[in-house]
Amino acid sequence: MKFRSVFEIIGPVMIGPSSSHTAGAARIGLVARDLFGRQPEWATIHLYGSFAETYKGHGTDVAIIGGLLGYDTFDERIRTAFEDADRLGMSYEFIAEEEEMDHPNTAKLVIGDKEGVMELIGISIGGGTMEVVELNGFPLRLSGHFPALLVVHDDRAGVIANVSNAIAAQDMNIAHMEVGRKEKGKMALMVIEVDQVVNDELIEELRALPNVTQVSTLAN
Amino acid sequence: MDILFSNVKELVEIAEKEQQPISEIMIRQEMLLTRRSREEIIAQMENNLAVMESSVEEGLKGVHSSSGLTGGDAVLIQNYMKTGKSLSGELLLDAVSKAVATNEVNAAMGMICATPTAGAAGIVPGTLFAVKNKLNPTHEEMVNYLFTTGAFGFIVANNASISGAAGGCQAETGSAASMAAAAIVEMAGGTPQQSAEAFSIVMKNMLGLVCDPVAGLVEVPCVKRNAMGAAKALVGADMALAGVVSVIPTDEVIEAMHKIGQSMPSALRETAKGGLAATPTGKALEAKIFGKDKESRDTVTK
Repeated sequence: MKFRSVFEIIGPVMIGPSSSHTAGAARIGLVARDLFGRQPEWATIHLYGSFAETYKGHGTDVAIIGGLLGYDTFDERIRTAFEDADRLGMSYEFIAEEEEMDHPNTAKLVIGDKEGVMELIGISIGGGTMEVVELNGFPLRLSGHFPALLVVHDDRAGVIANVSNAIAAQDMNIAHMEVGRKEKGKMALMVIEVDQVVNDELIEELRALPNVTQVSTLAN
Repeated sequence: MDILFSNVKELVEIAEKEQQPISEIMIRQEMLLTRRSREEIIAQMENNLAVMESSVEEGLKGVHSSSGLTGGDAVLIQNYMKTGKSLSGELLLDAVSKAVATNEVNAAMGMICATPTAGAAGIVPGTLFAVKNKLNPTHEEMVNYLFTTGAFGFIVANNASISGAAGGCQAETGSAASMAAAAIVEMAGGTPQQSAEAFSIVMKNMLGLVCDPVAGLVEVPCVKRNAMGAAKALVGADMALAGVVSVIPTDEVIEAMHKIGQSMPSALRETAKGGLAATPTGKALEAKIFGKDKESRDTVTK
């Protein structure tokens, strides 16, 4: 089930003109910023399909930049996102790609600063709803419906059990969980959607677990 | 995960079995799926209703988009309506003008509530704030109108699509008009099955509608498709309330819409490459607005 809430149908409240090309795009930017954990210093944004063809008219570009600056779909500052990015010193580049992707509204965001780089592929599936389908080369499915934990770890026995035990110890319920790896025995990624907002204590605990290399969160 | 309904047949069955309106079944499903309280859910919908009302009000004052393609038509229609010369009737034109008002605000990058999308955002509020004057609903009934539209939209979104890029305009204004028809029926005292019939009657008349926005902007023909969507919603609701039924069951109509969307060429799915966007005037407008032809579009770097 792609859509889980009535408010994805009646909603979001948003700045026009397009739910998929403006609001969905803003959310892709916002989720990328959340996962990156801080304001990126630069962003290279590849647009595909309908996004590539119509992004200017729909304000897809300002919306993604607005999302990267932390603006939600209804934030009127989306209109001035380019000026705000200039002021805050975030450089950006848009590339309209010819390549056909599985979904017509696809964006690949490569964002970074002196500390690191992150690459995310998001799709806008209609009505302002989006999904993250790839993160740093890992295929995944992240809706942003629920608060989520993303754990990068070495592909070893027991890591998943340790992580889920730590979550259970916080009396937290897992709504959805996915594990993906690029190659057997190498790096793997756990995507865990939970019902409550994740607290810092749990994040620290997970970071301290053996074979866990990185933990990031997504607030709902 | 427990779910009360995943198609229209189940939705109507449960509403009839529980002797509850469709809106109530939607609220219960939302509580189940999101684990939020009834109060929180209703408060959020009340907020959406307030946004819709202010978009209609703003549009009726007269707004214009920065491209200059759309704006001011809501005012024209309201003024004409007041002359008493309207052929199609005041309620219908009121809905049309209020749908246009909302989409004109959307095109001007104003604040709106997507229903189910921004490009189709005029139909649900347009019909609601017009029917309101005839049926005098309570505030609660107006909020319920939105839950009923949401119930049908939820099914379309999960079983077909509400995205113009994926399914064409039939998925956007087609869904919105059909959802509105179902909610009008409920507000007017029709049965859940009659809501489903209204939905089918309208959707069947939206099938095949392509998404071909001039210059890729949510303006031409989107604003006028919302106008006609609102009109179809009202007529479809009246037909269902009169006892007319759809020969093809609602879920099959939704499935047909989905398959038609999948077989639509990409030029007619929100790429601004076909249909009205590809007419000589459509292309000339695009060149004028963006100062150059799409083919020579280069990368924007800052």
